[in-house]
Amino acid sequence: MEHSTHQLSFWRKYLFSTDHKTIGAQYTIVGLVMAAVGGFLAYVFRYNLAYPGENIPLFGELGAQQYNTFVTCHGMIMVFWVAMPVLLAGFGNFLIPVMIGTDDMAFPTLNMMSFWIFLLSAIVLMASFFVPGGAFAGGWTMYPPLSANGYMNTDPDFWTAFFSGGSMMILAVALEFIAMLMGGINFVVTTINKRAKGMTPFRIPLVVWFINIASVIFMFSVGPLVAGAVMLLFDITVGTGFYDPARGGDPILFQHLFWFFGHPEVYVLLLPSLGVLGEIIPVFARKPLFAYKKIIYLAIFSAVLSVVVWAHHQFIAGIDPRMATFFSIGTIIISIPFAGIFLSFMATLWGGSIRPTLPMMWALGFIGLFLIGGLTGLFLGSNTFDIYAHDTYFVVAHFHYTLFPDIFFGFFAAFYYWFPKFTGKTLNAGLGKIHFWLTFIFFNCTFFVLFFNGLAGQHRRINDYSAFSNIIREPYITFEKVATVSAILLILTQFVFLYNFITSLRKGKSAVKNPWDANTLEWVADSPPPHGNFNPYPVVYRGAYEYSLPGVEKDFIPQNRMSKEDSFEKDLYETEPAHGYVN
Amino acid sequence: MKEQTLSVPVKMVPQGRLAMWILIAGELMIFGGLIACYLLYRLRFPEWGEQAAHTSTFFGALNTVVLLSSSYTIVKAHEAAIKKDLQKITLWMSVSILGGFFFLINKSIEYTTEISHGFTFSSPHLQESGNTIGSLFWSFYYTMTGLHGVHVLVGMIVMFVIMLQARKGKNLHRVELAGMYWHMVDLIWIFLFPLLYIAK
Repeated sequence: MEHSTHQLSFWRKYLFSTDHKTIGAQYTIVGLVMAAVGGFLAYVFRYNLAYPGENIPLFGELGAQQYNTFVTCHGMIMVFWVAMPVLLAGFGNFLIPVMIGTDDMAFPTLNMMSFWIFLLSAIVLMASFFVPGGAFAGGWTMYPPLSANGYMNTDPDFWTAFFSGGSMMILAVALEFIAMLMGGINFVVTTINKRAKGMTPFRIPLVVWFINIASVIFMFSVGPLVAGAVMLLFDITVGTGFYDPARGGDPILFQHLFWFFGHPEVYVLLLPSLGVLGEIIPVFARKPLFAYKKIIYLAIFSAVLSVVVWAHHQFIAGIDPRMATFFSIGTIIISIPFAGIFLSFMATLWGGSIRPTLPMMWALGFIGLFLIGGLTGLFLGSNTFDIYAHDTYFVVAHFHYTLFPDIFFGFFAAFYYWFPKFTGKTLNAGLGKIHFWLTFIFFNCTFFVLFFNGLAGQHRRINDYSAFSNIIREPYITFEKVATVSAILLILTQFVFLYNFITSLRKGKSAVKNPWDANTLEWVADSPPPHGNFNPYPVVYRGAYEYSLPGVEKDFIPQNRMSKEDSFEKDLYETEPAHGYVN
Repeated sequence: MKEQTLSVPVKMVPQGRLAMWILIAGELMIFGGLIACYLLYRLRFPEWGEQAAHTSTFFGALNTVVLLSSSYTIVKAHEAAIKKDLQKITLWMSVSILGGFFFLINKSIEYTTEISHGFTFSSPHLQESGNTIGSLFWSFYYTMTGLHGVHVLVGMIVMFVIMLQARKGKNLHRVELAGMYWHMVDLIWIFLFPLLYIAK
């Protein structure tokens, strides 16, 4: 092909595409399919918790070993195959090029490869359910000695060990890391090198900043875990003793390596969603984002701190109490930058003319729910309380109150906000509101009661509580059932979203270029943006959050408008012709 | 010629070089994690010195010389790439690839000797004689040098592919990228050599 053509074959357009929007959609769709798998696993083991030993509809009976498998894989899938692809890869691919005003990623082929490696990792993970012994059942943290000894593969043969659930889980996670590393390199290089003319660092929208900070934290924290996972793989397959105390090894070492990655990972997942809030809240409060630069500094500060707080996951693992105090203090300090970021969002809302649109509802829901998750995190960060609450349902409720808003409220806020842009269609707002309110209510009903069960001493990794008299009494039995019924309803609610998504995609009204009157560059492009996004390329003259500026005809002024006084009717956007753009 | 002509904007650092720096930083974290684990165990077990005495300092030193020299030759290739001297690029890159090849030959001679003395990945004879801590040293030895060896192999393949392109005058800027990667492989070896061979 001599010149750029837009008549790409079906394969090049939808499957082996190098276009960032298609790759973003691929990541998001695979992420949502995996969310359905993770949700189904949650449904099965939640049902078992409320009605132990009973026949589970659509599944059958759940054995104790299978229960462990399901809990482990639910955690693994939700963190590595839902949150990572949807929040980091999905948002990053969709948003970075259009928000910084360029045509595509810096390395489009690398981007495509990153998705296909990710898909392979998901296939390996799903395949591990069908190997002898089933998928990995040692908890999502993969702690040795449980994960390293061959309790699921008593046969010492190399290939049997290699195709055990544990090895395949490590392999799948390794492939997933490779995919995300490729994506991360792409995001950072694209943001540094491919910005539109005039897009200075402090004119870059917050979400692009945050995705980049998240990518950097990910790339720098994942290395030691890669080394640790290689060692674990050798422990399983060739019989080394890296984590075997009988041979001088140390199982705590793996915990350190795991959480050195695992805790920064929390912020890797949190930052892209916070960035989305940073886009949505100013637009629907019609006010500039409060303290834009300070928010970025706070995020960088939290990124630095995030790699020195990891051992708060190990307070009861037998680490030195002096060390525990250090990590306790670090953990409590890290809440300061996030409190700062959330306060800035509050200050943005203060005195604004708030438009309660769907994306705004999800964003405000996120803030409200995350507050509960964040505050209970403060309790757990203190090692004295954590010794009591460790590994109970209090912890489960805590991290679901942080991760559920982060992953799903963050995703849905972004979804309802950018859907018109990337599909060119409008969603049904009524169905969207039903979706929001039902999700909000059922989520709270599912997890709030678990705080009480946790404080009553319900341990998180036990499938049958009949021997625990502190749990087998009222009101905890009822709470267990409330949580289960609500969880089922929460999953069913998502069919409203699915229906809305599919019908709007097929029959929705056509969307205009800039339905929310927003400033950032993606709203300058057509809906949906064509291959190459902009024609001609935008030139940036101002920051991303100049809303309700005095002397401007309307209450917003797009980033590519040179002069405040220009009439909006005269010309739509200030641009310069791009060179060599074919078509 | 589509993507390149389309992109407008600011270029601060050439794209490939920037990506390579990020990749190298990530790689250093992988080896950094592994080396940190090794050091923590090494401080706990002074008796690892006896095991380290079985590694061949001669071959280790020879390999250090070989890798350092091949780093020099890849710099010469980069110099030739700046001058667009295609023949010189091919020459110096071939020498670097041969250096990697020589390194791997030495390494396999070492491995063969050690394995024939019973020092394997999990060293069963050490475990049977009760020296389980000693066997852990060999697990680290094979993991660290093995992972490094894989990087040497990858570097050789990358240099070979880039050499084939550069010979025809295509993608000359990639010679520098291959050089950066090769320097990283070299740098890691400079840490592994004293830790595994010299410290006894």
